[in-house]
Amino acid sequence: MEGLNGADVGFVIFAASLIMFMIPGLALFYGGMVKSKNVLSSTLHSYMALAVISLQWILVGYSLAFGPDWNGLIGGLNWAFLKDVGMSVNPDYAATIPHLLFVVFQMMFAVITAAVISGAFAERMRFPAFLLFLVLWSTFVYDPVAHWIWGAGGWLKQLGVLDFAGGFVVEISSGIAGLVAAIVIGKRRRTRPDPHHIPMAILGGGILWFGWFGFNAGSALAANGIAVNAFLTTNTAAAAGAISFVTMEWIINKKPTALGTVSGAIAGLVSITGGAGYVTPGSSLIIGLVGGLLSFLAISRLKPKFGYDDALDAFGCHGVAGIWGALATAVFASIKVNPAGADGLLYGNVELFRNHLIAIGAIVVYTAVMTFVILKAISLVTTLRTKKEEETEGLDISLHGESAYNALN
Amino acid sequence: MTEKITKVDIITSPNRLEDLMDELDKIGVTGMTVSNVSGCGLQRGHKEYYRGTPVEIKLLAKVKVEIVICEIPVDKLVETVKKVLYTGNIGDGKIFVYDVVNVIRISDGTEGIDALR
Repeated sequence: MEGLNGADVGFVIFAASLIMFMIPGLALFYGGMVKSKNVLSSTLHSYMALAVISLQWILVGYSLAFGPDWNGLIGGLNWAFLKDVGMSVNPDYAATIPHLLFVVFQMMFAVITAAVISGAFAERMRFPAFLLFLVLWSTFVYDPVAHWIWGAGGWLKQLGVLDFAGGFVVEISSGIAGLVAAIVIGKRRRTRPDPHHIPMAILGGGILWFGWFGFNAGSALAANGIAVNAFLTTNTAAAAGAISFVTMEWIINKKPTALGTVSGAIAGLVSITGGAGYVTPGSSLIIGLVGGLLSFLAISRLKPKFGYDDALDAFGCHGVAGIWGALATAVFASIKVNPAGADGLLYGNVELFRNHLIAIGAIVVYTAVMTFVILKAISLVTTLRTKKEEETEGLDISLHGESAYNALN
Repeated sequence: MTEKITKVDIITSPNRLEDLMDELDKIGVTGMTVSNVSGCGLQRGHKEYYRGTPVEIKLLAKVKVEIVICEIPVDKLVETVKKVLYTGNIGDGKIFVYDVVNVIRISDGTEGIDALR
């Protein structure tokens, strides 16, 4: 095949597999943090995102996100059902791997983004409403936003916005959607955190850290130095996020916790996602430290102050650290790291920072409005929220007829 | 020992535990022992599904709340518990009331009602 590079193909296949592995990771991470009567419901949110969005992606999602451009806003349906998408390369997106491999790699991003949101409305959303939300949100929010940033001809791409692995597309969009969904669906009857299995959540967090290498290094779409740089910046930011989060806990609450350490690592990973391939490892250390710190403040201060019930902190982690990461990329990016990127504020370029502010504003507003509209539209067809009795009985039994643990057997 | 010491056991659904604890707190119950138990009574089990196959679950998960009181009237406690747990359905649970012969606090050897204070 013309232009294919075997090493790149192998690398991206591996990276896409790593991202798929983040789904069970997220299921464990979220599942461990909910009550034992809701663990299967939360787990199913992640796996359903994998099943449903995998299909949505090949039917229309990929074409809407990456298909031939329409006014910079969305891709056309020319590639629906993957028509005309084949084994040969598409130089617009990746010059050395089959176009179909790019489809698969991007599919996993769409899947994980939809799954991340579910943490915000855990323990109280009805299953039919959740399924509708998955499909509609991915189609009308994720796909257009991905097009703006990554699609050939997308308006934010034209503007020069840098998003290496989804800082805007995945993290900010899922975080903001989570916040809006948590507010629209409303608080759980009891909002006190009641994690039923912390080792499970921690294993899930570790798997996410591992899978993130596919996310970020894989976004180089080639087995090259930029992938290696992204690998190292990713690991550095995760470590730094873990340390700043747990240090804050230690200072303020006098106790360094295991779940806090892992949550900080996730915040660090979120904050480096947009800049992984554009910043130096030294910069990633600062990005991760601040990401963990901001996430700690959002979860422990902002949430209680405003009283929204973002149950598993989709906003506190992905939204807040995601926005920080987008700003940080515009500060620390350097063309010495990646000639295809740009210089940030630190290297004397103000324009990138301005563009990132525009992109943050546009994505926050669009995502918030559309998420609200989608939820209201769903509520006309079916109830969003479980009944009081269903919530107290637990979603596992009341919605799914299945229980996770049976102490006597 | 003139004052009577009474033990009240409540068996109910785990989903009601938090509401129950809130109400008990309001009438001044400070100590309790709670266990996860499984059991069956008049309420039949429910159905769960294992990979598409219905499975009859006979023993249901319940909680047992054990409370020993002296100063709070037993009637008041029982009424409160009934009020919180009542839905009118089988499965609301049961309340058992017992006399207690003695209570001993191990740390300082106090006995009787003083051990509850």
